[in-house]
Amino acid sequence: MKITLHVWRQAGPKAAGKLETYTLGHVSPDMSFLEMFDVLNEELVEAGKEPVAFSHDCREGICGSCAMMINGAAHGPMKGTATCQLHMRSFKDGDEIWVEPWRARAFPILKDLVVDRSALDRIIQAGGYISANTGGARDANEILIPKPDADSAMDAAACIGCGACVAACPNASASLFTAAKISHLGHLPQGQPERFRRVLTMVEQMDIEGFGHCTLYGECQEACPKLISIDTISRMNRDYLKATLTKRPEPTVEYAG
Amino acid sequence: MELNSKVPAGPLAGKWDKHKFDVKLVNPANKRKYEVIVVGAGLAGASAAATLSELGYRVKCFVYHDSPRRAHSIAAQGGINAAKNYQNDGDSIHRLFYDTIKGGDFRAREANVYRLAQNSVSIIDQAVAQGVPFAREYGGLLSNRSFGGAQVSRTFYARGQTGQQLLLGAYAQLEKEIARGGVEMFNQYEMLDLVVVDGHARGIVARNLVTGAIETYAAHAVLLATGGYGNVFYLSTNAKHSNATAIWRAYKRGAAFGNPCYTQIHPTCIPVSGDHQSKLTLMSESLRNDGRVWVPKKQGDKRAPGQIPEDERDYYLERRYPSFGNLAPRDISSRSAKYVCDEGRGVGDTGLGVYLDFSDAIKRLGKKTIAERYGNLFEMYQRITDEDPYEVPMRIYPAVHYTMGGLWVDYNLMSTVPGCFVLGEANFSDHGANRLGASALMQGLSDGYFVIPYTIGDYLAGLKPQPVDAAAPEFRAAADETRARLQKLLSIKGKRTPTSFHRQLGKIMWDKCGMARNRAGLAEAITEIRALREEFWTNVNVIGEVGSLSQQLEIAARVADFIELGELMCRDALHREESCGGHFREEYQTEDGEALRNDDAFAYVAAWEYAGDQAEPRLHKEPLEYENVKLSTRSYK
Repeated sequence: MKITLHVWRQAGPKAAGKLETYTLGHVSPDMSFLEMFDVLNEELVEAGKEPVAFSHDCREGICGSCAMMINGAAHGPMKGTATCQLHMRSFKDGDEIWVEPWRARAFPILKDLVVDRSALDRIIQAGGYISANTGGARDANEILIPKPDADSAMDAAACIGCGACVAACPNASASLFTAAKISHLGHLPQGQPERFRRVLTMVEQMDIEGFGHCTLYGECQEACPKLISIDTISRMNRDYLKATLTKRPEPTVEYAG
Repeated sequence: MELNSKVPAGPLAGKWDKHKFDVKLVNPANKRKYEVIVVGAGLAGASAAATLSELGYRVKCFVYHDSPRRAHSIAAQGGINAAKNYQNDGDSIHRLFYDTIKGGDFRAREANVYRLAQNSVSIIDQAVAQGVPFAREYGGLLSNRSFGGAQVSRTFYARGQTGQQLLLGAYAQLEKEIARGGVEMFNQYEMLDLVVVDGHARGIVARNLVTGAIETYAAHAVLLATGGYGNVFYLSTNAKHSNATAIWRAYKRGAAFGNPCYTQIHPTCIPVSGDHQSKLTLMSESLRNDGRVWVPKKQGDKRAPGQIPEDERDYYLERRYPSFGNLAPRDISSRSAKYVCDEGRGVGDTGLGVYLDFSDAIKRLGKKTIAERYGNLFEMYQRITDEDPYEVPMRIYPAVHYTMGGLWVDYNLMSTVPGCFVLGEANFSDHGANRLGASALMQGLSDGYFVIPYTIGDYLAGLKPQPVDAAAPEFRAAADETRARLQKLLSIKGKRTPTSFHRQLGKIMWDKCGMARNRAGLAEAITEIRALREEFWTNVNVIGEVGSLSQQLEIAARVADFIELGELMCRDALHREESCGGHFREEYQTEDGEALRNDDAFAYVAAWEYAGDQAEPRLHKEPLEYENVKLSTRSYK
């Protein structure tokens, strides 16, 4: 197949970027989208030109590294599929494809298609965990978890942290990402002690990072390569509301004598 | 160089408890005076970094990813073993220990493996406490599945994403410690050298992959949890960035390399589709629970699988290994697939593939149950191949998956460079010559959560709690050497891309140091790799600069190290004149084609010591003594 690519090139965080056009003559339908970029880069290097920088690693749709806006859709046209798992058979001979980085204020561009997603880690740092120091855990089967709860937790825990939800959202909101973690932990008995504290601190961090608010466009769940549902966002909002209504000041610390 | 395994004396079952009592402790108030560098944040690195920080040590953690959550442990699919015996099917710590020793073809250290089996039980408890959503039964209890090389159901799983969920559990604990201030995280930093001062590991040289800055960091101990080196083969199931640079640099600074030739070729991967192929995708071994492996009985049978009647199919694993059937261990399953393809009975366009057929299981259990068990794997398969495994059998072929070899470590996980510890796949310690399925996650977490937190204290307690001198000349010298090496790569300006060299190396390794090896082939491979190295350093074309984000430079530096490591692997494979586990030497096999070990001459760990770029490495041997199991020929028949 012959494919024409218009790829966003930007030398560094402060540099101006623009779309460059490349034509590839022999694209196999069995290639993955990233393998097509490998071929492009090998051609560029052979011609002594700077190859396109892009994020990728596992190429199995699980590490969440890859991140390309393909013809205006995060991860491209195939539902529930990360860029690395998209294959060229989804396109046809002669197609023109526009490839851009994730665009969001909280995801500054580092180079070409590579963006800085560390804001997502900081949302997790704000409370996306169960405080369980190593050692002293009780026997795993002492905590009974009904199968439907374990399944719902797993549905939400499937998030790969790629940031497609942010890129797809007109408000550049990280609500689906944040809600997925809140939902995962909130479905489990182990997650209850910190449940309401967690939702407050994580949502606050999302605001601090400069992500937008959720106005329920629903673009995030369309773009999500793991098909995480915006029901998680309703759950987060319910927990948030309850948490703000019932929040009490932290008790004053009394020091031991 | 002296190899002292430091395995404690006493009965096997009591060694670890005794050792935990015997090791020195660091007093709680002093722990914050010790700094520890952890390189890598997969299961081993993240669990170690989080746990050491919880104990009070000051931790710096380095990863080349943009987030520690992206480490390649995330891609592990099938599960994690633990000797819980929740199924009441006869499992025990001793049985997990025995299965692992036997699966490793009697080439692992008994005491390490026993400790691994003991710790397996706590890992599941810990993971559940962190909120890892393992599969459950309707009554709320944990669910188990079976895996290759075992006759009990002891594998815990979270759909086909067990590695992801366990990693996210460890990652969450790591983020908790970062928020608390106990861990300083360095994302997008690649370790390029180990700094050794007065014979002790005292820091690292790392490159900031975004700005390109070469920086040095000092600490009282350095933990390498940087994964395996399967990408020597170019095509493997490893992630694209997985590389050997950290352990290879440590090797060049004096850490012995243990059993480099032990490579695991995983039997169930999606076959290669063309020259553009950049990596191979694993289909979890758990599929062999319900899938049946077969090829046509006739050579060159090009009929569609549905057209081939039952009596013209050869279910070769069930035929040759009736008691384990489709769940024979990985090395045996892979080699069997190679044999039937070598006989011209392989399927698919390339003839390099065998069927993994679910039609019987779908008939027996229904499509819904199969979808629940393997839905995401089936989807992944369909996405890659454009074929629906509910309708037509999967086509699979073996691919490089895991490296049992790695830096040599003692019972405390310390390498031959004092202060440099090695965890997870990066070390050689627990799997012998072949790793059983669902044991990699177990080992990574055992090392990180439950071994290193004890054993590192024994080392640190012997040091004064004073800051490490980061201005020691060794730091600057190592940084200068690193900078010069990268500049050299950029200055060659030859005609070939770094990736083209990597592909060529991979082809040599796959053909001559892959599933089956022989003396002549290995000797040729060494000559070819030497020539390749020569050409690489005179004809590679690397575009980029040291001082900025340059992905081609990252690739080139890794390929340079892979080439050297490839040679060492061939050397090790050549010297080991026996077949064991993943190392199959064609000269040493039984009449029916099974691996033929030579326990009299080769029941040892081969630990190679670097002796200079042009010199041959020195071989040291750690004898393997078996006091609790009887060395026997593995039989899965």
